[in-house]
Amino acid sequence: MADLPEKFGGRQPSRVGRFLGSGGGGTLDALPPIVRRLLLPAVVILLAFTYPTWREWFTEVPVFGGLLPGIGTAVIMIVFTMMAVGLNVVVGYAGLLDLGYVAFYAAGAYTAAWLASRHYEQVTFHFGSVGLAEDVIGIHLSIWLILPIAGIFTAIIGILIGLPTLRLRGDYLAIVTLGFGEIIPQFVRNADSIKGFNLTNGTFGINPIDSPGFGSGLGAIGLPESYQQSFDRANWFYWTALLLLVFTVFCCVQLRDSRLGRAWIAIREDETAAAAMGVPLMRTKTWAYAIGAFFGGIAGAYYASFKSGAFPSDFFFNISVFLLCMVILGGMGSVWGAIVGGLFLSYLDQEGLAKIGTEIGIQDVPKYSFGIYGLLIVLVMLFRPTGLIAERRHKRELEEGVHDESLYGAQH
Amino acid sequence: MTATEANGGGTILELEDVHTFYGSIHALKGITIEVREREIVTLIGANGAGKSTTLRSINGLNRPRRGTIRFQGQVITDAPAHKIVKMGIAQSPEGRRLFPRMSVLENLQMGAFQRSGKDKDLHSDLDRVYTLFPRLAERKSQMAGTLSGGEQQMVAIGRALMARPKLLMLDEPSMGLAPIFVERIFDIIREINEQGTPILLVEQNAMMALDVAQRGYVLETGTIALADEAKALRQNEQVRKTYLGEE
Repeated sequence: MADLPEKFGGRQPSRVGRFLGSGGGGTLDALPPIVRRLLLPAVVILLAFTYPTWREWFTEVPVFGGLLPGIGTAVIMIVFTMMAVGLNVVVGYAGLLDLGYVAFYAAGAYTAAWLASRHYEQVTFHFGSVGLAEDVIGIHLSIWLILPIAGIFTAIIGILIGLPTLRLRGDYLAIVTLGFGEIIPQFVRNADSIKGFNLTNGTFGINPIDSPGFGSGLGAIGLPESYQQSFDRANWFYWTALLLLVFTVFCCVQLRDSRLGRAWIAIREDETAAAAMGVPLMRTKTWAYAIGAFFGGIAGAYYASFKSGAFPSDFFFNISVFLLCMVILGGMGSVWGAIVGGLFLSYLDQEGLAKIGTEIGIQDVPKYSFGIYGLLIVLVMLFRPTGLIAERRHKRELEEGVHDESLYGAQH
Repeated sequence: MTATEANGGGTILELEDVHTFYGSIHALKGITIEVREREIVTLIGANGAGKSTTLRSINGLNRPRRGTIRFQGQVITDAPAHKIVKMGIAQSPEGRRLFPRMSVLENLQMGAFQRSGKDKDLHSDLDRVYTLFPRLAERKSQMAGTLSGGEQQMVAIGRALMARPKLLMLDEPSMGLAPIFVERIFDIIREINEQGTPILLVEQNAMMALDVAQRGYVLETGTIALADEAKALRQNEQVRKTYLGEE
């Protein structure tokens, strides 16, 4: 074993040092590697979990205090960031340009809608549902159960979409995913009468969707029975979303450093060479798709439960582009990049642009959102072509000058 | 296995009347070749004669439309590429095709992808590659894309060896290299073969290839024009004129 895993995984320490500035570098180097590696994530997680508390301290601070996102906004930011991290597996790790990620978001949201609402009034089935009377019609599973179900269901959809399309390369794949990203929302919009069967309730969408919660039993240790009916509703949604994001990030980092992750990167670097090394192309790409879809599905289901509804108008093509922007802006292939890109862009989208508009006295700023995101991407590509937080390989490429052409027509 | 016994001489790879197409282009028009245990066999021929296509047909990247390929007696004509690697055919592909943004070590590890997990073996294999190419040990953490052409060729061959191949296929290992590097690469090819690995060598540098090989095939526009002992091919008038550049 010895030095093998380090070459693939053990690079976090130096990054932590750089993050905390040169002043702390000397003392940090004295810490054992595992502590150094986990220090930055631990600090970030701690700050994130206590955000609802320390946000209050800054509300009086001019400008900065006003710009801090509200807790409800933060939930949406985290959900979108989860999707960006999931999409990063497909686009960043495996190099498969996916323009239809919104399909997975929709699949997750509708899974929650089917399994935790009054939509199927033919049946009355409760299992672990919270905050509802026993005799409420429809299927009502616990949201905690629905999250993994949505993930798996969406992953299966990812595999079904992937099998016929992943044989394609590059632009062709992008165009087909674009197609599927349109087909699924269109299907959802129109599937209110499949031979008389109302699957999705068409353009009206499905609402209300049940809330997460812990039921009446755990109230004694301070856990709310139902988030929606809870006194600090937003905070509970926020902490849960954060846990889901931490879980997503953990999985994606572990996957990156696994054998499968290496295979993804090999495919991204050179598909033919990867095949010649014995990487099973179809299976490896399909895994990337399925795993990307899995997290998209969980995020979608959670979001549907948070806003208590799933509506076809939420699943337009621009969401796919928006998520892709997050990954590109943050740095393709970089998990930290996807997090920063996701939080930043979804903040601007939800609150930031409007607040900035108010600050500078131009109310129309949010109208130009996609123009602004486009400009941001152009600027980042000009000045930081590898994204805000570059993936290690891209970064080294920039520093050491890896040149692709030398591989083919090299003169000694 | 029965086929191996029947052939007596220990044939490891057999191609029988293989036809391969690129779309509608008929690139291989009935290729029949064989590689025996412990041999170096070379395919020579002009650009576009079908040398690389032959290798791509064997390793599953470009399936033949007709004909049979057998490896150690098993038919592999329609096997997927990763199964073929797993069975023991590894290659250094045309144009080397390293992973430019992976380090030398990571490239070598990718070579062992099909059997990674048994890390002890991996270490002894790495040692073997570093012994053959001491330069790579010095550069193991450097990104492959920053290496010189000669070093890249070393990585490409080393990477193929990491698969512990029962048959090694090398596609144009001398391409684009300075003469001194070409000499060294061919020394190493000989050395790998002496350690027991049969090699199927595709080369434009017919002189060097026939020097190192026991047998050779001359390809012309998708067919075998000549098949003989390497020595005999070197004496052959036509080969000398066309491929060895002699008057």
